[in-house]
Parts: sequence; structure tokens; C-alpha cells
Amino acid sequence: MNEFEPRIIAFACNWCTYAAADLAGTSRIHYAPNVRVVRVMCSGMVNPIYALKAFEGGADGVLIAGCNYSDCHYLNGPIKCDAMFARLKKLVHTLGLEDERLRRERISASEGVIFARVIDEMVEQLKKLGPSPLKGAREKAPSPFERAREEATV
Amino acid sequence: MDKNEHRRIGVYICHCGLNIAGTVDVEEVAEYAGTLDSVAVSRHYRYMCSDPGQALIKEDIKNLGLNRVVVASCSPRMHELTFRSACQDGGLNPYLYEQANIRELCSWVHNDKKIATQKAKDIVRAAVRRVYWNEPLEVKEAPVNPDVLVVGGGIAGIQASLDIANGEHKVYLVEREPSIGGHMIQLDRTFPTLDCSECILTPKMSEVGSHPFIELLAYSEVEEVSGSIGNFKVKVRKKARHIDESKCIGCGVCMEKCPWKVDSEFEVGLAKRKAIYIPFAQAIPNLATVDADLCAYIQSGGKKCGACIKFCEAGAITKETLLNQTDQIVEFEVGSIIVATGYDVFDPSVMPQYGYDKYDNVITGLEFERLTCAAGPTGGRILLKDGREPKSVAIIHCVGSRDRNYHEYCSRVCCMCGLKYAHLIKESTNAEVYEMYIDMRCFGEGYEEFYKRVCEEGVTFIRGKVARVTDRATTEEEKGKLVVSVVDTVLGSLMQVPVDMVILLTALEARSDAEQVAKTFTLNRRADGFFLERHVKLDPVATPTDGVFIAGCCEGPKDIPDTVAQASAAAAKVLSLISKGRITLESAVAQVDETRCLGCGRCEEICDFHAPRVIHTDGRWVSTVNETLCKGCGACAVACPTGAMSIKHFTQDQILSMVDALSEV
Repeated sequence: MNEFEPRIIAFACNWCTYAAADLAGTSRIHYAPNVRVVRVMCSGMVNPIYALKAFEGGADGVLIAGCNYSDCHYLNGPIKCDAMFARLKKLVHTLGLEDERLRRERISASEGVIFARVIDEMVEQLKKLGPSPLKGAREKAPSPFERAREEATV
Repeated sequence: MDKNEHRRIGVYICHCGLNIAGTVDVEEVAEYAGTLDSVAVSRHYRYMCSDPGQALIKEDIKNLGLNRVVVASCSPRMHELTFRSACQDGGLNPYLYEQANIRELCSWVHNDKKIATQKAKDIVRAAVRRVYWNEPLEVKEAPVNPDVLVVGGGIAGIQASLDIANGEHKVYLVEREPSIGGHMIQLDRTFPTLDCSECILTPKMSEVGSHPFIELLAYSEVEEVSGSIGNFKVKVRKKARHIDESKCIGCGVCMEKCPWKVDSEFEVGLAKRKAIYIPFAQAIPNLATVDADLCAYIQSGGKKCGACIKFCEAGAITKETLLNQTDQIVEFEVGSIIVATGYDVFDPSVMPQYGYDKYDNVITGLEFERLTCAAGPTGGRILLKDGREPKSVAIIHCVGSRDRNYHEYCSRVCCMCGLKYAHLIKESTNAEVYEMYIDMRCFGEGYEEFYKRVCEEGVTFIRGKVARVTDRATTEEEKGKLVVSVVDTVLGSLMQVPVDMVILLTALEARSDAEQVAKTFTLNRRADGFFLERHVKLDPVATPTDGVFIAGCCEGPKDIPDTVAQASAAAAKVLSLISKGRITLESAVAQVDETRCLGCGRCEEICDFHAPRVIHTDGRWVSTVNETLCKGCGACAVACPTGAMSIKHFTQDQILSMVDALSEV
């Protein structure tokens, strides 16, 4: 049997964490291939619905990462993200998902090594947890985007 | 563009030579992309960023009627602009383009071709789904205010200010200390040419002081910066000098008469200054400053002392100025900012093994600079604390630098400083000199030659990191001396070197208030604390914040030639901004769907830039966005309870379509 390979969706802020991921690439710091990055302008831009949709779509873990408090391109983005994250955490808990599936990090643009380490750590943890209990939820209710696209292309 | 418009997406997979194609099967990815919904054409090419690569896109837009484009290549932080303009040249709105990062996020961080190819497919799929929802955005421009703010009056700030002001553009130069000059004015001579630091700096300082296009705000600090590139609003606190600046002629009589003394900052504690003082003879502006914490007159509310009032012939010091003068807030607007706030010197007292706090004759490099300076406290004579001339001196390199306990980086100037000190000691004393170094790094113009010269002057070089400095003598020879323990890694033996004086070449570190400065100017900092440039090699003076540039040691340790070059580079960036005269505004800003807005004002509350405003119109409350203030951070869209607020180019549809595409395994 193949080993379970978790899927992580990472929301990375353009100025810090996405730059850190770029730096990991430029410096050829290898890390687990399980992550898929969604670039946002600010970690404060991440709507709780994005993380919930990721879980609904079959993701096993979600990472929301942006600047340090003092580095924010938009002054207070990380604080706003923290507030959103606290609400999101409760929602995720209510859904019956383990706390480890949702992670919040502040990784600055110079910390490519830390980005790689966080991904490796998360993959390790998620492998222990096994697949998300929400996996397959999508089959029951097709994506609204699939529907919308179908309608649009008719 | 109509929601129901038929999408025709072009997908281009870049090989990037072998950078991508080496790990990702580009043909397979291109074939896969061709099967995706709404994709009209899918190709792969060696270098998409090359002219023929870009021509492919332009031709396909024309010939195949593409209305969306995806390039899967490097990071959008590298080439998004390139491909956006290629689309624009082809007649497509630049926002109908999307970049899939399959290099930094994929081919460069994985080895397994199968896994990397699968990941690249996922990334391309997400970009294709997202671009489906992308909408054309209008590109707007705004004029640039030609005035410039330069923060920090060291050599970097001085050079940048002069370069800009000589182009006849107004510069506000803000310096925290009573005089400009920075660390450079404290130095004695500069390596490798040994020209006197004051002699080369003071002409530039006086040019700043009298320049018609420079407004010097010394003894001032920037309190607040708002706005964005082209139109910043700046608030500066001009600290009270407690004298009448318009009357003070800088004669210095008040300094002579003032009875209250404290360690001089300029002389790094080697001499005293008065409560009213001009930090050094060539200070610009040449004005007296009262240290209010020390002045007995101010502290006693006018009951004690008052010597300066009595002796000031110019009438610049009065009861009124001493007791009632307060800080002033100066406000002005600029189009661009250069931050040149310099560095702090590492405090060696945190390394007890070197005995900096314990032994009188263990001094820092900066203290030695003042000792050898003719204008310094000893009149340029190199003396021990008891007034004797040293018979032997040890110069310890890399104190706090190249040390994982303190700073891992190399401070870049210390090796040359150490060689310069050795030369100066040899020049004016008969002392033995020992250089204790890890590696000798003499990389600049004339540096290696200077190293050779010092080698021939009879200086002893010991390659090894010093373990300890003590005054515990174990032999007759060591009595009354400082004993330096070092393993000579060339000879492989432990050396105990008795000396009279130890000079510590301390690291250059980020300013202790760098975090606050970073927040004021929205800069990023590296792990070592210095400010982060936009690109370490190709964009070394720009920062992630448009219109804010950095120069000098606030960006990392560097010597004077590099600092000056960087300052001029920052000035050139500013001048090109001014000469163009207009900037492109951020198009990805917030927008309100008025049919859904309830006018609750949550967006107004959460925004740090005062962009959304709830107004009363047509008999109801509704939010509107001031697009010139909006930075597009998206906080309002998260806060909005009805989903009326969204960020253009980062709408829920656009992001969720990616999330959707990426969650599938």
C-alpha cells in the first residue's frame, strides 16, 4: 500500500512568506512536495472561507503564513490575520478536524529555511494524523465553480 | 468583460533552460494543460521571457483570439511585469494574465521528476482556473511630488541629499543628533589611502548646510509617514534645543561657562561635554544644544545656575528658551523617501572573556579612532588610561561578527580597520602590534596592497580566534600586562601574548530601534536585523515599499566607498522617479458592490489607510472606496459581513477557484 501523502494548502503573503518560498527555491532548499501555495497580497486578506473550502475540497492541512508584526507591508495585516485565525480555529474545531491541520506562521522574506522547515514539520504531523475526515465531501456536493463554469460555457 | 464571455486561454510552459525542464516534464505538463477547460492553446518553449517567447504570446492573442494567458515559469515576483506587458502589447488587458510559479515553488525544490511534474500540473491547473475569473482592470496614473525626504545625516544621507539637491529638487534631510556627520565624522583616517575622515567629509557637510535646495532638520526625528509612492505625508518632531536657533552663532562661549559635565557621545566617553554643547568643532548646523536632563537651570525651574544666559552675547539663550521651548511638529509632503539610518556598534561587554568592562586598556575600535584623532581627547597621541604610551598592542578581529552566538555575518570593515590601526600605531609609537584574526578579508580597491604594506611594517599576524583576555600573570614578563590567549592555527599552538592595550574590532549591527524605523517606513528586516532590499543583487536600494529606498549601513555593514555608491544609486532611483513625474497606481484595490452593502462601517473601522468611507446617498448609507488611499490589503473584504467588499484581482471567485483546483489530489 502506498504511504499516505497529505495535501497542504498554504496561503502566503506576497511580501514575506511568498518571498521566503521563492528564496527557498532560489537557494535550492528541498522540502516535502505536498504543499500547494496560493499567493495573497496580505495574510490579513485570507477569508476564513478560503481555509474551509480547502478542507471541503480535500486538503489535509491548511497553512496561513505572512509577515512578522513589525514587517507588514500594510501596517497591521498580521494582527488582523491573527483575529481571523482565532475565529477560524474554532470553526475548524467544530467541524471535528484536529487542531494540527490548521497552522498559522509568520515567516519573513529572508526565512526560506524556515518556510521549508514548517512545510516538512506539517507533512510529518499530517502523516501521523492520516487523511482528513472531510476528504470526499466534495463528491456529495459538486463545486459551485464547476457549476458556474458549466452555466457560463453553455 | 461579460461573465458569460467565451474564455479562450493560452497556456505557455517555460523550460527555463534546464531550470524547469530538468526536473519537470514540460511536454507532459503542456499536453495536460491542453486538456483543461477553456484552454485554446497550450505550448512549451525554452525561454518564455526571451523575445521569441513573448512573440509567441502576442501572435497567439492575435491569430487565435486568446482572451486569457497563463505562463508557467518562474515566480511572479520575477517576470509578472514582463508577461503582463507582452499581453498588453498583444492587445490584452494586463490583468487577464496569470503566472504559474513552477520554478521556485516546484522544480528548484524537488528532485523526483514524477512528483515535480505532478505538482507542476496542479499549479498550472490552478492558474488556468484562476485566470478564467480574472477581469480587466483600468491602469491609472498619478503625479509624483518632486520633493524628497532623506532620513539620516551620515555619509549615506549626505551623499544622497547632495545628489538630489544638485539636480535642483528639494530635499528634507532629517538627522536625529544635533549635527550631521554620522559615524564617519568620528573616524580619524580612512583606509586604505589614510586621508583624514574629517577633511573629506566636512566639505560635503558644509555644502549640505548651505545648499539652497536642502532643508536640514537636525536634532529631529520622523514621527509618522502616511500615503504612498509619489505622495507621502511626513510628520517630523523637531526637538527643542532650548536656544533661539535664529540668533545662535555657535561661538561656544556658553559651552566654556557651563559648569555641568557628562560623558561626550561624540568622544565615545573618552572626554566630557557640557550640559550645553556643540558636539564637535565642525558641527552642521553650528548651534548649541541644551541637554535638558542635565541642565541645572531647567531642572530647578530657573532657580539655579543660568551661566549661559549671562554670557551669551548673541542673546540666543534666555529664560524663555530654556524653560518654555518645546518640541515642534513639522509637517510636509514628499514623493519619495531614502532611509539611511546607519548602524550601531556591537557592545563587547556581553562577551566577558574579552574584559571590556573590567580592564581599562581594553577598548573598542571607535574609541581608538578618537584616541588617534588629532582633534580627539589626547590630541592624537595613543595613550593608555594611565597616560603611558603602550609598548605592545593586540588587535582582536571579529568581535561579535562571524560568531554564531552573536552575529553570523562578516562586518566587512573590521579587517581593514585593524590593519589601519596597526599602521597608525607603528607610525606614532614603538609598540609591538599583534593582529589576531580568523581570515583576512581585504577585497576593495587598494585594500590588498595596504595589507601587504602593513605586513612589511613588522606587524605580527596570528591566525586564530582569541579565547580570553586576562590580567592574571603566570610569568614575570606578563606582570602588569593584559594576557591574550589565542591558538595560532597556523602553528597549532596555544599562545599567551602579554600586551599593554587590546583593541576590539567590534561588529556593526542593526540599530537598536530598527524595528520601530521599519514600522514607520513599512520596511522589512532580514534575520540579522538590517533592512531588506527588494532584490539582493539586482535591486539593492529599492525596498518592497514603492517609493522608499535604503542606502548605507542600515542595509548591512559596508565601508565608505560602498556606502557612497549605494547612496548615489538611491538618489538615481529617486531622480528617475521625479523626472518621469508620474506613477502607476495600484489597480488591485477594494471595490464595493453597492447592491449588497448595508453601510455598517466595518470596512471603515478595520482600514488603516482610511480608504473606505460610509456616505449617505440616495437615502441610504453605503460604503465608497478612495482608490488613491487604498493599498489593496484586503482586510475590509474579510471584515465585510455581506460580501459587498472585495479586492480587485483577488476576488473570492479568483482565490477560491485556485483553492478548489489545488485541494484535489
